[in-house]
Amino acid sequence: MTEIIKSESGNGRELIAFRIGAQEFCVDIMSVREIRGWTPATALPQSPGFVRGVINLRGAVLPIVDLAARLGFPPAEPTARHVIIVAQIGSQIVGLLVDAVSDILTVTDGSVQPTPDVASEMAKTFVRGVLAVEGRMISLIALDNLLPAQEREAA
Amino acid sequence: MDSMAVIKQTFFQECEEQLSELETGLLEIENGDHDPELVNAVFRSVHPIKGGAGAFSLDDLVHFAHIFENTLDLMRSNRLQPTPDVVKTMLRAADVLADLVRAARDGGGFDNARTEVLAQELAALSNPGGATAAPVKEEPVDLTQFRPVPIAFNFDEEPAAPAEVPKKTFTIQFKPKPDLYAKANETGLLLRELERLGELRISCDTTEIPLLSELDPEGAYLTWTVELETDCDESAIREVFEFVEWDCDLEIKGDAGAVAEELDVLALIRKVREAVEPDAPAAVETAAPVKAQESEDEAPHKSAEVQKFDANKADHSLSSPPQTTIRVDLDRVDRLIDLVGELVINQAMLAQRVTEAGLVRGSDVTVGLDELEQLTRGIQDSVMAIRAQPVKSVFQRMPRLVREVASLTGKSVRLFTEGENTEVDKTVIERLADPLTHMIRNAIDHGLEKPEARLAAGKPEEGLVRLSAAHRSGRIVIEVADDGAGINRARVKASAVGKGLISADAQLTDDEIDNLIFLPGFSTAEKVSDISGRGVGMDVVKRSIQALGGRISISSRPGYGSVFTLSLPLTLAVLDGMVVTVAGQTLVVPLTAIVETLQPKVSDVHGFGEGARVIAIRNMFTPLIDVGRELGYRSEAADPLTGVALLVESEGSVRSALLVDAIQGQRQVVIKSLEANYRHVHGIAAATILGDGRVALILDVDAVVANSHSETAYIEPQFDLAG
Repeated sequence: MTEIIKSESGNGRELIAFRIGAQEFCVDIMSVREIRGWTPATALPQSPGFVRGVINLRGAVLPIVDLAARLGFPPAEPTARHVIIVAQIGSQIVGLLVDAVSDILTVTDGSVQPTPDVASEMAKTFVRGVLAVEGRMISLIALDNLLPAQEREAA
Repeated sequence: MDSMAVIKQTFFQECEEQLSELETGLLEIENGDHDPELVNAVFRSVHPIKGGAGAFSLDDLVHFAHIFENTLDLMRSNRLQPTPDVVKTMLRAADVLADLVRAARDGGGFDNARTEVLAQELAALSNPGGATAAPVKEEPVDLTQFRPVPIAFNFDEEPAAPAEVPKKTFTIQFKPKPDLYAKANETGLLLRELERLGELRISCDTTEIPLLSELDPEGAYLTWTVELETDCDESAIREVFEFVEWDCDLEIKGDAGAVAEELDVLALIRKVREAVEPDAPAAVETAAPVKAQESEDEAPHKSAEVQKFDANKADHSLSSPPQTTIRVDLDRVDRLIDLVGELVINQAMLAQRVTEAGLVRGSDVTVGLDELEQLTRGIQDSVMAIRAQPVKSVFQRMPRLVREVASLTGKSVRLFTEGENTEVDKTVIERLADPLTHMIRNAIDHGLEKPEARLAAGKPEEGLVRLSAAHRSGRIVIEVADDGAGINRARVKASAVGKGLISADAQLTDDEIDNLIFLPGFSTAEKVSDISGRGVGMDVVKRSIQALGGRISISSRPGYGSVFTLSLPLTLAVLDGMVVTVAGQTLVVPLTAIVETLQPKVSDVHGFGEGARVIAIRNMFTPLIDVGRELGYRSEAADPLTGVALLVESEGSVRSALLVDAIQGQRQVVIKSLEANYRHVHGIAAATILGDGRVALILDVDAVVANSHSETAYIEPQFDLAG
C-alpha cells in the first residue's frame, strides 16, 4: 500500500493493465520492474497452489504467483504467450503470471472508485478499487497481500 | 558523531591492531625468536597506546602502559633477558592492557586487582635488584612503590635517588625527517623542552639546504646539534623526543657511561651501513640493542655482520611488505560475486546451446568458448578471493583463551599455531570462532592431563595444543591436536551406555566409540566445570561445522593425544553438489552429506510398518526415504529398484538412505537464496541455477531426514488468505 502512495506523483499516475481470462486488472506502474515471457518454473514443494514455482531472473530466484489462481479463477495453463509481470512488493521481487498485458493507463486519483459491495472476499483482499476506462471495468490490484501471508516469520 | 569521538574511535581501532601485534610479537619471543627487531616491534606497539591514551586522559591506561613500556624498554636494551617467565608475565600484561583498552572504549569496568598485581609484577621485573649491571633508570625505582598517580615526568624531583648525579654533558644530534613536520611537530618546541633539562648550546647545520629552485617546501634539511649540560640522564632526553623518535635521526652522545658507548656503536653502525650501501635511503632508526662492550675499534670488522643484520631486516620487510589495501563495502563485493556467478551460468548455458546447435569441436566458436570458460573461472576465483581472509583473525584470539583456561585448570599449556595465513571466506571465519574456542577448551580441559599425570607418563610437564590450518583439495582443513591422554574409550562407552545413547552390549569399533562424543547429550566431564561441559557439547560444534558445509572427524591414540580435523569449504557462495532427478525435478544434494551411493537390490529393501521401508546396507538396516514423496512431488512411493539410493549422514551421525530416480552428475553450484524473494521452504536449503538456466533446488538433507522420522508427512499449513 505504501508502495502505491509513494509512487503517486502529482495528479496523474500510470497503471499497467492486464488480462486474466475475460477480466481486466491493473497495477501501479511504479511497482513493475519488467515484463517478460513465460518460462517454465521449477516447482516448489510445500507451497500453495497459486505459487507456480521459481524461475531464474538474471541470477535471482524469482517466485511466480499465478494471479488467476490467487484471485480465485481456475489456475492458468501457461503457454509461451503468457506474460510474467515482475513486480516489487516491499523488499521482495515477485513474478505475476497473467494472460496478457493490454494497456498503460494514465488516471487521476479521483477516477478510482471504491470496490463495489458485491465483491467477494477475494476481491476485498486484493482489489483496491475499480476504474472505468472507455466502458471497460479495470480492477486495481493491491500487491501487498499477494504472497502467502508470512512466512516472513518462517524465513 | 562529533569529530573527537571519531578520533577516539580511530584510536581504539589502532589500539586493537597494536594489541594484536604486541601479542604476536611476544608469542614469537616466547617461541625463542630473539630478533632484536621483534623486541622493538613489541615496544613500538605499546608506545602509541600510551601516547593516544594520554591524549584522551585515560589515566589508568596510560599508567599501566607506562609501566609495561618501561619493562619492555629494559628488554629492548638487553637489561632484561626474555626468559620464559618474563615473557609469560608480559603476555598476561598484554591481556590486562587489552582489557584496559576495552574498558576505556566501552566505558566498562576492569579488574583493578589484577591490573595492580600485574603492574607490580612488571615493576618487579624492572627492579634494579636484578642482576643487570647496566645503569638503572630512576623511574623503575619509583614504580616499585606503585603509586596510582598520573605519570609524573617531573625530573626535578628525580634526584630523590641516593646516587648523586653529577652534571653531564650530552651532545644531541637531531635531524628531523619530513614526516616529523608532517605530523605537526616542531623543532622549536622540542628544543625549548630540552632547555628545561639544563643549559643548552644549539647550533644548526644548514649545509644541506638546496637552492631555492630545488627546495621541497615539505622537505626537511636542517640538522641541529645541541650540547646540553644537565644532571638528568639520557632517558630524560629521550623522553623529550618520545613522540618524534621514529621521525628523526637522533643521536645522543654522553660524555661518560656505558649508555653513551652503546649509542656510539649505534651511530657507528649507521655510518658503516651508509658506507656499505651508499644508495641506501635515509637510514632507519634501528635502535638495535647492540651490546655496549662492542668498542669502536671493533666496528670496522663489523661491516659483514651489519650487512647480515641488514639482510635480516630485508627479510622482514619482504615477509610483510607494506600492503596497500582499500576498504570496500561488503555489499559491493557480494554484488560483484553475484554477477560473476551469473556470468558463469551464462557461459555454461552458451556452451550448452553451442553443443546443441551441433557445431564441430575445434571450430572457432567452440575454441572461443573454451577460452571464455577459462576466463570466467579465473574471474570467479579472483572475486571469491576478495572475500577471503586469513584465519589469523580467529587464531589470534586463541593464545589468550589458552592462557586463561590453562590457569583455570592449573595445567601448563603451550599453544602452537600454524598456517595462520591460510585464507577462507569471511563468513566462514566469523562462524569458526565459536567451534574453535570450544574445541580448544576441550583439548585443554579434557585432552591434556594434569602436570603430575604428565610427568608420571614420562611426558614434559607442559602440554602442547596445536592449531593448524591448511588448504587441501579446494577446502580448508583445520586441526586441533593435543598431546594428552587421548580419548578414554572405556569411559566414553560407559558414559554413553549410562546416558542411554547406546545399548550396553553394542559392539563398537574404536572409531565408532570416538565418534560417540559428537552425540547430542554426551559429555564425559565427570563434573561440570567452568571451562567446558556447560551442556554445550561436541554435538553443537559438529552441527555448526556442518552448517558451514563442513565435516569434523577425530582420531585419537591412547597416551598420545587426539586430533580433531575440520574440513570446510572455502566459501559459502558455492557448494559441491550431486545433481539428481526426482519425479522429473532436478535437485542438488550437498556432497558433504553423502557418504556413498548404491543401487538398491530387491533383496535389500524391506517394508517396515505402514509405508515405511528400510534398506540393508552391509547388514545394517537403514531407513529408506523417498525424496519425491517426502517433498510432495508424487504421492506413490517410487520403485526402489529403478532408482539410486544415496547414503547420507545427517545431524547426530544418523545414517539414512535417500531414494532418488537418477544421478545426473556432480558439480559445483552457486548458492542462491530462496528467502530473498520468497520464504523458507521446509526440506529445501537454498536454490541454484543450472547450466540450462533453470532453477534447481538444493536439498536440506537434515530437514528431510528429520521430517521422515517424525512419521507425519508435512502438512502444509492452510493459507487462510490473510487480508
